[in-house]
Formats: sequence, structure tokens, C-alpha cells
Amino acid sequence: MKKSIKLLAASAIFAVGIGIMAADHIDAPAVQGTTADITDFYAFQGENTSNLVFVANLQGLLSPSATSSAMFDENVMVEFNIDNNGDNVEDLVIQAIPRDGKMYFFGPVAPAAPGVTSTIISDATNIASVDITPYGSSAITATQNGMMVFAGPRDDPFFFDFGKFTEIIGGTASGFDAQGTDTFAGSNVMSVVVEVPKSALGGSGTLNTWVEAKKK
Amino acid sequence: MKKLVRNILGLALLGTFALTSCDNDNGMDPVDNGPDFSGTFATADQMGRPAINTVFVPSDMKDNFNVTPPSQQGGMYATAFAAGLKALSPAYANDGDKNALGLDATTFGSVLATDVLTVSTTAPTTFYDGTNVLTGRNLADDVITVELLLIFGGEDFTENPNLSDDNVDANDKAFSSSFPYLASPW
Repeated sequence: MKKSIKLLAASAIFAVGIGIMAADHIDAPAVQGTTADITDFYAFQGENTSNLVFVANLQGLLSPSATSSAMFDENVMVEFNIDNNGDNVEDLVIQAIPRDGKMYFFGPVAPAAPGVTSTIISDATNIASVDITPYGSSAITATQNGMMVFAGPRDDPFFFDFGKFTEIIGGTASGFDAQGTDTFAGSNVMSVVVEVPKSALGGSGTLNTWVEAKKK
Repeated sequence: MKKLVRNILGLALLGTFALTSCDNDNGMDPVDNGPDFSGTFATADQMGRPAINTVFVPSDMKDNFNVTPPSQQGGMYATAFAAGLKALSPAYANDGDKNALGLDATTFGSVLATDVLTVSTTAPTTFYDGTNVLTGRNLADDVITVELLLIFGGEDFTENPNLSDDNVDANDKAFSSSFPYLASPW
């Protein structure tokens, strides 16, 4: 907790300058430190190479003690966006939202409308839910309707010598160290992971993807 | 603390509701409609590629960048991104300077401003492996060093070597090859 306060303080100082550099942790004043703060987004081929995996991480820089009480917010919906025809407008979404200790997943499904406001497509054909893995428990996963799903605390997979970078930007260091220090070592995030068949995503080889945290 | 108060309030309201329901003894079984997914949700945060908003967007535009649909980001932010690249990196100091992808500040800024992560559904995933560019993002990809190289490394990745690699090459915990792939928390 102390560490995250220190990091937040450091970031606040540098945010007024050139801007801080983390994946997307504490990236903007309106979301930093909130349950809607996305720290990272990943999209990669699954262990089963017919599948794609989407990962959204939220609420960064959680110490182990802060992680034990960290929760997903029932007013925050995570929306993975998939553009499969190259116009950077989402054709499909996968929505994830917590209710009573479970994370519910809807999609891939066409959104009611593209853009910044969404409703949950609760009558989607593809629906899955999974118990949110409690801190200290083994990962609880579920497979339903061709989707594999997970939600819960994980180690922050991001790595970067953010400390040295801020010194460089601040003018107190001229370059990185020969052996860098991972500022995100030992910290956790709240993760939402969904794996779906590539065939459910459309397109002809390349997709444009992004993730949003949307608040009710 | 606020949250706790809210939770207590919530419980109190639930209690009231339960009592009301009990009083309302009309002989009908309560209907369980399942969780309530109604309502309208508005974007608070978004990201495609790592570190785009944090690095390239001026402080007073960061909140707006987060709520601008990607299809509109290019038009609104490409100029600011190009200016940011020039201000940030000596590798873009001179006219005609390019990065290892052959992109000058204006072109690279324009590419970056539309903050989406391209993913291949046919090729293996890599952020950048020397040959393939942006076929997605693996957990283990050293995305920051790739971005530093493209910002500071110049035409052949040899410029500003002390700025173009943070020398942190891997996560502090090993990833799993199986779902859910991420490591258990600390």
C-alpha cells in the first residue's frame, strides 16, 4: 500500500510534465486509482491455436495486502472491442461484468450501437459465467458455449523500469541502468481473461482490437 | 471507507426490501429474474497498444483521449503525437529522421494516434520480433523496449542506446502456457 501511494505520488508529479510511461496504469486523471482504471490489454493466440485470448487488467499497483480486499466494481463493465473490417469501429464486443461474486461474459456479439455508450447484450447467444477467484485460491476457470473465462487477482504481467524512466524524464538520470529494475515486480492487478474461437471473430486475417472500462 | 458506507447502506436497503416483500403476502412466489444487467454504460478508460495515452497525449487531453472512439482518434491526435515524438526523442530531431520501420515523426505519430492493437488470426502472435510487426501482444513481449527502440533508436536501432532499452526483459513471475496464462498474485 505504501508502495502504491509512493508510485501514485510520483506519477502525479510527472503527469504534469511530459506524461508518465506505464502500460496504461494511472494514465489519466479521471480514472487513476479507480475501479475503472485499465492497466493493460493483451490479445494473443491461445494454447489451442484456433483460439484468441483477450486479457484486460484493472486496478494496478496492488500490494499483496491491498489485493486481498480488492474487488471488481459491479458498475464497471469491461468491453473488448473487435473491428473485423478495418474501419476502427467495433463490429463485435465481448462484455464482462461482475454480479454477486461471479463474472458474466456476453459475446462475441454485435453491440447495440458502436461508440462510447453501451448496453449489455444479455440475450447474446454466447454467454458464460465464472466464480471470481478469491485472493489466495487457485485459478477458477469455466468453459461454456466455446468460451473459456477467468476473473480474479493475478500478478501484474507488465514489466518496466518506470523508476529510472521518471528520473530520465525528470533530468536526474541520463539513461537506463545496465541492469534495470522492474517497478511492477511484486504488484498485482485484477484480471479478466476470455478465450474464444478465432472463427467467432470474423475478418480476413487481421483484427483491430481495444478494451474499454465502461461505467454505469 | 466510502465503499464500506455504501455497502452498509446497500445492505440496509436490501433489508428494507426483504421486509417489504415479506409484508406483501399475496401468496405469489417471488420470481427470480437473475442478475440485473440493465442500464447504460459509458466509457471511462480505454487502451489498445501499451503506453500510448501515457506517453504521447498531452496532460490536459488525456481524459478526452480515453473517451474518444478509435475511429476519431487519428484525426484529433495525429498532429500532437508527431509533435510529441519530436519533443521527446533526439532520434527525430532532424527533418527526414525515421525509425526502423521507415516511419518519420508525422507518419509514426499518425499510426500511433489510432490506439488499436492489431491482431493476426493467421500468424503467431508477437508485438515485434524483428520480422513480424504487431500481430498482437503476448504476455511476455517486451513491449516497452520495442516502443523505446521505435521512439529513440533511429533508423537502425543504434541511436541513443542508453534511452532505447530499459534492460528489464521479462516479468517477475513465469507465465503459464495454459489458460488463464497469467501468474498467480503475490
